[in-house]
Amino acid sequence: MLTMGCDVGSTSSKAVILKDGTEIIASKIVPLGTGTKGPAAVYQEVLDLAGVAREDLDMLVATGYGRLTFQGADKQVSELSCHARGVSFLNPAVRTLVDIGGQDLKALRVNSRGGMENFVMNDKCAAGTGRFLEVMAKILDVPIGELGELALKSNTKMIISNTCTVFAESEVVSHLSNGVPIEDIAAGIARSVANRAASLIGRVGVVDTVAISGGVSKNKGIVHFLSEELNTPVYVSEMAQLAGAIGAALFGYSAVLKQEKRE
Amino acid sequence: MASNLKSLVGFHEIANAPAKALKTFKEETGEQAVGCFPVWTPEPIVHAGGMLPIGLWGGTIELNKVRAYLPSFACSIMQACMEYEIAGAYDDLAAVIIPALCDTLKAVGQKFKGKCVCIPTVHAQNRQVTAAVDYMVEEYADVKRRVEEATGKTITDEALSNSLAVYNEHNAVMREFAALAAEKSAYLTAADRHAVMKSAWFVRKEKHTAMVRALIDELKALPAKEDSRKRVVLSGIMAEPVELLDIMERCGVVVVGDDLAQESRQYTADYPDGGAPLERMARQWCEGVTCSLAYDPKKPRVDQIVRLVQDNKADGVVVCLMKFCDPEEFDYPFIRRRLEQEDIPHILLDIDQQITSYGQAQTKLQGFAEIL
Repeated sequence: MLTMGCDVGSTSSKAVILKDGTEIIASKIVPLGTGTKGPAAVYQEVLDLAGVAREDLDMLVATGYGRLTFQGADKQVSELSCHARGVSFLNPAVRTLVDIGGQDLKALRVNSRGGMENFVMNDKCAAGTGRFLEVMAKILDVPIGELGELALKSNTKMIISNTCTVFAESEVVSHLSNGVPIEDIAAGIARSVANRAASLIGRVGVVDTVAISGGVSKNKGIVHFLSEELNTPVYVSEMAQLAGAIGAALFGYSAVLKQEKRE
Repeated sequence: MASNLKSLVGFHEIANAPAKALKTFKEETGEQAVGCFPVWTPEPIVHAGGMLPIGLWGGTIELNKVRAYLPSFACSIMQACMEYEIAGAYDDLAAVIIPALCDTLKAVGQKFKGKCVCIPTVHAQNRQVTAAVDYMVEEYADVKRRVEEATGKTITDEALSNSLAVYNEHNAVMREFAALAAEKSAYLTAADRHAVMKSAWFVRKEKHTAMVRALIDELKALPAKEDSRKRVVLSGIMAEPVELLDIMERCGVVVVGDDLAQESRQYTADYPDGGAPLERMARQWCEGVTCSLAYDPKKPRVDQIVRLVQDNKADGVVVCLMKFCDPEEFDYPFIRRRLEQEDIPHILLDIDQQITSYGQAQTKLQGFAEIL
């Protein structure tokens, strides 16, 4: 049985094709989110990668911010449930998950079956999200992918006191103007995101194993400081950015099984 | 899921177009209307003068000129009300009554920007002392005097007593409707239930009572029907814009109870029997009201929410937290702690009347429905 999960985020689109609910046979990430050609592109590219056609799929489940407008899905599930299910697939020991995407921040409690038991989301604010990092990377003139590595080179505990993206921007400009080393500023930025994530996690409670998913999980500086803040290791899968799409494909698998049982 | 109940149409029409309801009232009766800012405004005083006490609950309007008078951390209801004032939307009213129940209302009562008469009033917050009743009697007498001055009406004790009876009867009918709506939830959407509740602010209560009675009769005549949707209780000031309720509907969630200030909360406190009408009104505030805007160190509202969940067999609570509403924010930690103790799932939803993007609310509500 083949199921596809398509996670249409605010800044990127991710897709996974799963065989029999256990084996990922193809996955793809396109750095374009909802409202762009990203969702259609990732859908076609993952089909091509797997060498299958739409008719070969038993079910296609959409998730993410653009799940309601994604064309051709058999059903849609919230990204909250999909990330919980997907991360549990990658590491069944995970009980606390923080998902940091392009424009929101979510902390989830996950049970042993990959079900979501509780969650909290950030307010409507870019602070502590991927968008915040994009803005900061632009000011520092550093590719966003290198921001994490840069932060780990710092030996100084620098604090970015403002959590608001707009105010943090002027704070960073002021540090740059005062000649503060760029790696210290990058570390301050990473700490600021980690602090915000940690306080959100505190609201659902920290239960080991703690994991991070979403695009921001690629930032090693944030993972490092989050682990420091929570005083526990933070698990990051190499496929963390695909967790939502994997979860969606798993929901598709369960739905097909349920359907077959009924028939 | 919802069926098209005949009696529901009128509620939606009124709730969606308060200005039209006001125009109809004036054309039909030739009487005046007095605006009542939320909440616990002494409406029966206006009613007793044969006029329409019309609720002013803001609305969806682009906020521009209000920025000169209110800080951005004032709640969206008051921001919208003041924008409407400046735009002249309340100039058809004979007066407005503004209770100073929170810091923002206090300011709004002092800087009314409309052309009609403004009657600010201050409720006692130390409600348990005897002097509070005496004070409230004096305060309501002053409101009555100022309403009389503004409208040229004479409001007698007899008329006021009759109005209190009308309000108590309406309270009872609304409580009956809320209970029936939970029992026969399959026939109503969240937006239907909201329209029934909200429309009460824009017509005289005896008319609304008759409309609700007709709906109750129609609902009672319908056979019992299973409703597989998740049952939730709403808590907060209001659950608007109505798009939020439509999202709940799409997520398979049905509202079976509420403690919203705009909806059921106002029907929890009747005017007690005995004594002069102004004293009965004062005692309602001092002895009967349970609300985030009425100081009570014992926080009985928290028990009330838990009871609503239990009585209506709800699966969870959606706390509709009005953004920048201090009194509601102060209550939230107590509500949250108690719901956790009782193992009742709940979610916090930010409420902002001027919201235009529902993506985050959709994800929150869908995620909540998925864990229920």
